[in-house]
Amino acid sequence: MAIEVKIPTILRTYTDGEKVVTGSGQSLAGLIDDLETSHPGIKDRLVDADKGGDLRRFVNIYVNDEDVRFLGGLEASLTDGDQVVVLPAVAGGSLPV
Amino acid sequence: MLKIDQATYDAIVAHAKRDHPDEACGIVAGPEGSDRPERFVEMVNAAGSPTFYEFDSTDLLHLYKEMDANDEEPVVIYHSHTATEAYPSRTDIGLAMEPNAHYVLVSTREHGNNPGPVEFRSYRIVDGDVTEEEVRVEPAEA
Repeated sequence: MAIEVKIPTILRTYTDGEKVVTGSGQSLAGLIDDLETSHPGIKDRLVDADKGGDLRRFVNIYVNDEDVRFLGGLEASLTDGDQVVVLPAVAGGSLPV
Repeated sequence: MLKIDQATYDAIVAHAKRDHPDEACGIVAGPEGSDRPERFVEMVNAAGSPTFYEFDSTDLLHLYKEMDANDEEPVVIYHSHTATEAYPSRTDIGLAMEPNAHYVLVSTREHGNNPGPVEFRSYRIVDGDVTEEEVRVEPAEA
């Protein structure tokens, strides 16, 4: 068993075009580290090293359809069979953020 | 070039006018790889702001799951600028994460909620590079 992770178009350059990859970890942070091992470069697109390694503001990650921001963020615990979805925010606007 | 039918064009403009002075946003989904914007989906601007838009994260997941189930992708991602021109801002460019989408910008600065023409322009935004493209509005099929 493993954790299934859906990868958005923009990050498929790190997964050889795969839409779904598998990884493992007991927390989201652990899963991201595991993904980084098999898909180098992906971690930097998910977490912001300049902001203490927190999740990037404009990347949404869901565990079993729940936004991880409501599950403890990187601390969110995972178990085998969980479904993780990564989706970049659709956002913008006329003024600088 | 973006080809879009008149009804979808009108729906985007109507949404932008209705939500003015806040920014309006949404997508037009189409069959994966077809480049045909067919299914208009108005989204709520969770930021509710005249200078920023963001899809609500739960709505976003729902939308992408729906598109997945239908073998669709976001062919058009649209939003409005309500006080500035219909050109991608630095924020728009930095946050553009769908390399295959046509990014449509509508400016309602001229007439606000009232009838009257709007600027309606379309761009590709890939890796921070903006390329404007022609918009061809096609009459509704009889």
